[in-house]
Amino acid sequence: MKWLGFWKTRSKPRRKERLLSRRSLLRRGGWLGSLGMLLGGGLAGGARAATDEGSAFSDSIGDFFQKQYQEMTKEEIQEAIGRIERKAKRRYDVDIKVGDAPPLPGVVFGFALNLSRCTGVRECVEACVQENNLSRSPQVQYIRVVELKKGSLDLHESNHYYDTEKVPLPDKIYMPMQCVQCNNPPCVKACPVDATWLEPDGIVVTDYDWCIGTRACMAACPYSARRFNWADPVIPKDEINTDTHFLGNRPRERGVVEKCTNCIQRSRNGRNPACVEACPTGARVFGNLLDPASEIRYVLDNKRVFRLKEEAGCDPKFWYYFD
Amino acid sequence: MRAFGSFCFDCIKLALRGRWYYWLWLAVLLAGIGVGARYYGGQLVEGMVVTHLSDQVNWGLYIANFIFMGGIAAASIVLVIAAILYQREDVSQAALMGVAVALSAVIMSSLYILVDLGRPDRLWHMIPFIGRYNFPYSLLSWDALVLNVYLLFTLWLTGALLFKNYRGQGVPIMRRWVGIAAIVFVIGMVTVEAFLLSGYEARPFWNTAVLAPRFLAAAFVSGPAVIILVLQVVGWFEKQRAAAPAIDLLATIMQAALLFNLFLVGVEMFTHFYTQGEHAISANYLYFGLKGFGRLVPWIWVAHGLGVAAVCLVLVRALRQRRILLNIACLLAITEIWIEKTMGLVIPGFIPTSMGEVFEYMPADAEIFISVGVLSIGLLVFTVLAKIALPIVLGRVRYST
Repeated sequence: MKWLGFWKTRSKPRRKERLLSRRSLLRRGGWLGSLGMLLGGGLAGGARAATDEGSAFSDSIGDFFQKQYQEMTKEEIQEAIGRIERKAKRRYDVDIKVGDAPPLPGVVFGFALNLSRCTGVRECVEACVQENNLSRSPQVQYIRVVELKKGSLDLHESNHYYDTEKVPLPDKIYMPMQCVQCNNPPCVKACPVDATWLEPDGIVVTDYDWCIGTRACMAACPYSARRFNWADPVIPKDEINTDTHFLGNRPRERGVVEKCTNCIQRSRNGRNPACVEACPTGARVFGNLLDPASEIRYVLDNKRVFRLKEEAGCDPKFWYYFD
Repeated sequence: MRAFGSFCFDCIKLALRGRWYYWLWLAVLLAGIGVGARYYGGQLVEGMVVTHLSDQVNWGLYIANFIFMGGIAAASIVLVIAAILYQREDVSQAALMGVAVALSAVIMSSLYILVDLGRPDRLWHMIPFIGRYNFPYSLLSWDALVLNVYLLFTLWLTGALLFKNYRGQGVPIMRRWVGIAAIVFVIGMVTVEAFLLSGYEARPFWNTAVLAPRFLAAAFVSGPAVIILVLQVVGWFEKQRAAAPAIDLLATIMQAALLFNLFLVGVEMFTHFYTQGEHAISANYLYFGLKGFGRLVPWIWVAHGLGVAAVCLVLVRALRQRRILLNIACLLAITEIWIEKTMGLVIPGFIPTSMGEVFEYMPADAEIFISVGVLSIGLLVFTVLAKIALPIVLGRVRYST
């Protein structure tokens, strides 16, 4: 089993703990950092106080100098979370809760999908949109379900815009596609600023506050799994999912890239992703690859599975099978 | 030090004194910049939604122009190489114009990357040691590095050449290392830009080793073509006969590069259409259309037509030696390369997507006007540089003790 050996060696340290956050900010940030402290301090009455009150202005300064997620200390992450929650309050008038659940030890997530069962109703797509606070306008969807003629899995012959009302057609099969959480992700390589990386539990995540929007990751992804916020995301206030994660479904801004995170806000708390729960035919299997008793391991050990575009060399953790 | 102060002062004086047509031209360029700035403001306020880019085709006109200008910037330094390493003193005055073109083009190239960013306000994230710089893994980080180093190199070279002239040391024969550095830059710039596209398994149309040689050939067409035109325009304004030896040399380079470029296009077409692998699907879309979509088809055939016409014009000695025909050939060649880089290379790489979806792209007004704005900035930089450089090179303005 080739896929078993990989994750331990590929995972980066989650974050460098730094006790003296201010000093390190000064050291790393140089004059920019000092200027920020000066501005933030002078105008909002001290950076520490600013995190408690959090005016829109001091928050935007805090946002500007916010470090990349992996470099932040625990306190800095809490400050950032405070800013995110206040921003959501100001923008949507909703109290969201931003979690920061770390990867669980001994867990690497994997996905399997039974193509014999998928009927192409796209309920996974809808559930994903709701769960992950995806923009309704412009429309953003992480999952793309395509219709293929029986007898071929050639994606270039696939229909991306089939009519959900008429499924399933007898001579067709339906193939949902989403981020396959590669062990060798080309998107991570492509990003010039390390805004996206592979977590130890096998999820490729994005720091939306660090992304500068070059979209190189999108050009690099063989699975077309990444989405860009071309405009400010629009979500109706009463449809916002308030249970969020820093690296997952917290509200995004325009100009940054996002992608499927295996519903990190759920999976790291022992729940299935929304698409798995929503599938009416139970075609989706999700679980811990390192647990020999898990359902995903049963599928991998007993079904004839294959992976999409294996030749791209990305070593994805998303398997398809028929039974 | 006194000499340098007086040099700076004279440069400013030269830039601020001109005939009416100088100011008229600057006004036109400023208007172009204004229009571009207005549209870029819109892009900043509303987001990249004002472009016609999409999740399917996520790079378009901006990135294509970035590559095109990068090629011009790299190849424009070719006369410096000739002047230094081949001791061609007769082209050294023209070489300065080439450096000025290179400097303006590298500025434009960087700006095209900048306007393509979704979050330019976070650009500091890319500064090494302050932000996080994913070097050497990310190809964009290579691009940023090469562009910045080349910008400094051309800035220094322009300044050094002008200053030495100003002090009456004649057009200096630079040290050999400058020539060697220039060669490294030409190849390095073009290669890094090609790798930005060819480095992705996800895009079979780009994922070919011939892309870097193709970019090199294209650069040696568009760079010399631009300089040939620039030398004549500048010569005309200065009532000077344009530097004939330089133009002859450039025409020879362009002739060889045009042929080689055409050959490489042919080689690629063979690989695409004889084997019909996955890489051929984008080529099919480009040349013949796919599933009823074929917006790029007329563009690419016109481009190749122009390329063949340009080859015919520069290949025949009798035609090439008539300036007007050479100029037409240059214009045809520049247009050919530009279409080949934009409509013919960057866009079809995304069509169909890696998941087989065909989603077409044509630049939006905003993209076109922002591109014009960036072009105007480059032309403005070049105009002012040329305005300063010519009197100095021609010996009309000198340092007097």
